[in-house]
Parts: sequence; structure tokens; C-alpha cells
Amino acid sequence: MASTDPQESVQELSPLPKVLVPKIPPSFCIIGEEPFTSTKFQYLKAYESPLPLDQFLATHAHSVKAILSTASAPVTADLLQLLPAVRLVVTTSAGLNQIDLPECRRRGIAVANVATVYSADVADLAVGLLIDVLRKISASNRYVKQGNWPTRGDYPLGSKLGGKRVGIVGLGNIGYEVAKRLEAFGCCISYNSRKKKPYVSYPFYENVCELAANCDALIICCGLTDQTRHLINKEVLSALGKKGVIVNIGRGPIIDEKEMVRFLMEGKIAGAGLDVFENEPDVAKEFFALDNVVLSPHCAVFTPESVKDLSELVVGNLEAFFSNKPLLSEYVDE
Amino acid sequence: MESIGVLMTCPPNFPYLVEELEKRFTLYKLQNAPDKTHFINSHKNSIRAVVGNAGFGADAELIEQLPKLEIVSSFSVGLDKVDLPKCKEKRIRVTNTPDVLTNDVADLAIGLMLAVLRRLCESDRYVRSGKWKKGDYKLTTKFTGKSVGIIGLGRIGMAIATRAEAFSCPISYYARTEKPDVKYRYYPSVIELAANCQILVVACALTEETHHIVNREVMNALGPKGVLINIGRGPHVDEPELVSALLEGRLGGAGLDVFEDEPNVPEPLFGLENVVLLPHVGSGTVETRKAMADLVVGNLEAHFLKKPLLTPVV
Repeated sequence: MASTDPQESVQELSPLPKVLVPKIPPSFCIIGEEPFTSTKFQYLKAYESPLPLDQFLATHAHSVKAILSTASAPVTADLLQLLPAVRLVVTTSAGLNQIDLPECRRRGIAVANVATVYSADVADLAVGLLIDVLRKISASNRYVKQGNWPTRGDYPLGSKLGGKRVGIVGLGNIGYEVAKRLEAFGCCISYNSRKKKPYVSYPFYENVCELAANCDALIICCGLTDQTRHLINKEVLSALGKKGVIVNIGRGPIIDEKEMVRFLMEGKIAGAGLDVFENEPDVAKEFFALDNVVLSPHCAVFTPESVKDLSELVVGNLEAFFSNKPLLSEYVDE
Repeated sequence: MESIGVLMTCPPNFPYLVEELEKRFTLYKLQNAPDKTHFINSHKNSIRAVVGNAGFGADAELIEQLPKLEIVSSFSVGLDKVDLPKCKEKRIRVTNTPDVLTNDVADLAIGLMLAVLRRLCESDRYVRSGKWKKGDYKLTTKFTGKSVGIIGLGRIGMAIATRAEAFSCPISYYARTEKPDVKYRYYPSVIELAANCQILVVACALTEETHHIVNREVMNALGPKGVLINIGRGPHVDEPELVSALLEGRLGGAGLDVFEDEPNVPEPLFGLENVVLLPHVGSGTVETRKAMADLVVGNLEAHFLKKPLLTPVV
């Protein structure tokens, strides 16, 4: 049928299968789109169309078999309803909380995640934040750069990392990478996870409160699900105690942020290193007055190295899918 | 032992050390004296020991002024502020605080690497300034897998190596001589080491030979993507050259815990987002400073009880 819509004409002529991209992925902006392109498929960029998403989908997306999802483009049941041919969702974000996983399962739609492309960078940031909080790196750098060392003398002492009992909340790819690194600093690792992991010998705690009670530092490495929302609550923070430190590189809503702020302000925990917050990019201004808190603008994965690795994985997964080969990184819920 | 005089040449800032010394000795605090020369002169016949630190030790002049001096016990592992040949000549014992601070210093070296490469301090500043509401912070550089070159593979250098290995960093080193049972790649000169690594860390002792061991040529070899980490002593690095290398972009970044003239730090470095500056806190934890103080006191006690010294150097 004749159409004045240039995009539709291109689609009719082109034999390449289409991948729907509802919103521009941050990584396209970071390293450009070229590393993500392939001769085996083309992107259908809803964000380039003036039409609202559902209209765009109704017009162009009936044959779309795959979606490239990002943190800001949720894959909901409603969206999937409009895309009857979709058989695959590929995500560029470490988290899967924006994807309706049960609905995908119900419809037989496979999900390809980022596997381990980000794990090293995120683990590095977690370790960096922990060292920063304990050894007051950001705070004392600020002190020196404000010219205070000659006038106000030595900076207060920090706390030794070696020998600290570190509790990992969520021992997945990222949690495991954090654990391996911290072992080299002489930390004692224990963890809480949905299930005990047979391949590690770290002590396992079935409940996160008990983990907190037996640790000097908690590192939040789990995903955000209904079960983990506000997992770190008043009870857990109390169990962690006045000398305890918390690092969050998971998702903001895993921690009850209001409680954490209160605990920090009242000196009921010793410090925090946070890359994620409940309402990004809004960050509680109470944090700004605290020297024992290190704040990071949700950038654990943003290095050119990781984004390049991501592009190779995304292309690899999509090419495999369109040639009926096994996905490189299919997410399988344990 | 109360009649034994101990002269503390460093500022009496660490209460635990001061208390423990005062329990056992008569402690003379040089930094509190309005007229230092007069102070030393008044007490020189009772002073049998000196306690110094990384910043204040016992130079030839001081040693000559203390006829009863038997031992210098440094609250540091570095002894560049103690005239060791003079002590040897006068049969004065010298002790330091090795091992107890190795882990803290190595932890800080890695902390500085992460802080510089991942811009921890700058992105903390970004959030605090409210800029995150306007847009994401820019890309930083991955640390895992970067090659790390260590100048000086002693206790601290080795501890840095084992930590960096956990981040899959290939390790290479320069030392006066190649170490036979070490698996890391050896380079016979600092400039070759710098040319072949992405992160160069100074972890050797400060001696006449290692003064300005990181000079302009080394910094140029390390390059515009290279990062220098100094947890040794300020004078290891030619500081004015470091400032111009950073300002001109010939060096990619720096994480510095030590400076040529502490506590003075070159102000042109304050505005650089690829530079992290710390106020000499390598061993600065409650736990380690206490352990160091125990060693200082323990060495002095051992000496005056005629027992073997715990950690003698001379």
C-alpha cells in the first residue's frame, strides 16, 4: 500500500528484521550508535518519530520481533500487548526491574541481560566507595583543596579496611566480583542471597538482619524486586550499628532512604557510600552536610570500556537471535 | 623509668602515644616549646631517647645537641628524617614501625587509584553541587585490567601488587635489583617502567638515590593517559614538574598522599578534577596508629630494660 511515511516505505523495501528501540539508550549517546549496528538487523527508533509511542507501534511495529530495552523504557504488559510478534527483549541496563519478567515468561519472550559486561566496573566502584568512606578520601581531598591542611592541621583518623567483616547482600555476578576484590584487602566475607551458593565458602546468612548484626560493612549488590524493596530497613540498620558502614550499588529503593538519612544524622551508623538513590537525580539534601557520606551520580557502569563491551554483547545477542542461534546472555530466573 | 627523658620532636597530636609515653618516661614536647634551642639545652642531660615521625626526626644537628641520646624511635616506617649514618657513628639505636602500617598504606594506594580513575571525589562534588539534576556525570575510566607499575617492591609495594592483582591488573616493577622469586615483570629503569604501565605508584624508601626518582622524563613516559600515585615521600617526585605536567596535560592524573613541603600543597593542583590530594594519611587509621604507638613504646621499653629491640633498623 502506498504511504507518504518515509519510514514505512523503507521498511517495506528492506528485508532486515527490526528491533524496536522505544527510548534512546544512554550508551548510544556515549559511544555513538555505530558500535551497536549490524548488517543482520535494523533499529526501529520510536524516539525519532513525532508520533506518541502507542500510535507509532500500531503503525510500524506489528512485525517487530525484538525490543532493545533501557532503564528508562519499561517493558510492561501493556507494551507487549501492542507487539504480538516480539520474542526477545535485550536490555542495556544492569537491572531488570523495568521489565515485566513474569509477563515475558507467560508470553514465551526471552530476555537477554548484560551478563558480566558491567560487573568489574560496578564492583570496582563498590570497593572504591567503601575505601573512600572508611579512609575519608573524598572528605580529606575536599579538606586539602579548600586549603585547610596548613591552617587546621591533620585530618581525623579513618578506619582500617583490613580485617573488617563485610556482608554482601546479593551474591550474583557483581556481588561475587566485590567479594573477590575485598578478600585481597583482608576482609572477611559473608553474604545473604535468595539461595545459598554452593560454589563459595563464604558464610551464608538466611536473613539480612542477622548478616548486618555480624558485619562491619554491608554492600548492597542485589537487584530490585518486590522482595528487595526497602529490604534495608530500620531493623537492619540498627543491627548494623553505630560503627557500621553501608555501600549501595544496587538500586536506591532497596534501602529505606528516609531511615538511612535519620540513622546517619543521629550517628547511629558510621557512614555510607551511595551510587543509587530512591528518587534520582534528587538526593536528600541532608546528605550534603555529612562528611561520612560519599555520593555518586549512578554512574557505576559508565566507562568507555564497559560501554564498548556492552555494544558487542547487544549486537551478539541480536545477531544470534535472528540467526536462530542460542543467545549469548539469556536471563534465566533461578 | 620515669626519670628517663624522651624528647618528642613531632607535634604531640596523638593522645594515645603521648599518654603511653608519659606513663613510662618524662616526656619533653619540643613542638610546644617557645624557644626550641633553649628547651633542648635545658633538658639535654636527661634526654636519652627521641621520638619522631614522618615529618620530624633527628638530624645531625639535633643528635649533636643530645649527649645522652641512646635511641631514636620513629612513629613511621620511613626514616628519611633520621640521620642514620650519624646514629651508626654514635652507636645510637634506631627503630621504626614496619608491617603494622603496610596494609593501610597499600589500601590507600588502591583507594587513590580508584578515586582518580573513577573520579570518586569529583562525582561526589558533582552530586553535592546539585549538577546531577541537570545531567549525568561524564564517563570515567575503568580500573580493572589496567597495568600497574610499582617503584619499590618492598612490603608496601608487594601489598599493593597483591591487591591490584584482585582487579586483574598486570603488575610490573622497578627495584634496585630484580627479585628472583617474584612473578611480576621487572624493568631495569623507572622510565622504562613508566613507558610500559598505565598507573605508576611510588612505594620505595626515600634515600639520596631515590630523590626525584619521578622526574619530567618519567612523567612524559607515563603520558597523557597515565596516572601517578605517590604514597611514598613527597621528594620522590619533582613537584614543580608534576604541576606543569598535569596543567599541560602531559600526565593524565595523580593521586598524592605526600608532598615536598607538607602541609603545603601546590595550589594549582586544587582545581584539577584528575587529581586527588590527601593530607598524608597513609597510615591514618585509629587501629594502625595505635599499633604504631605500641611499637614505639615497646621499642623504648625494650631498650631501657636491656631486652632485644622489637623493630630495629640501626
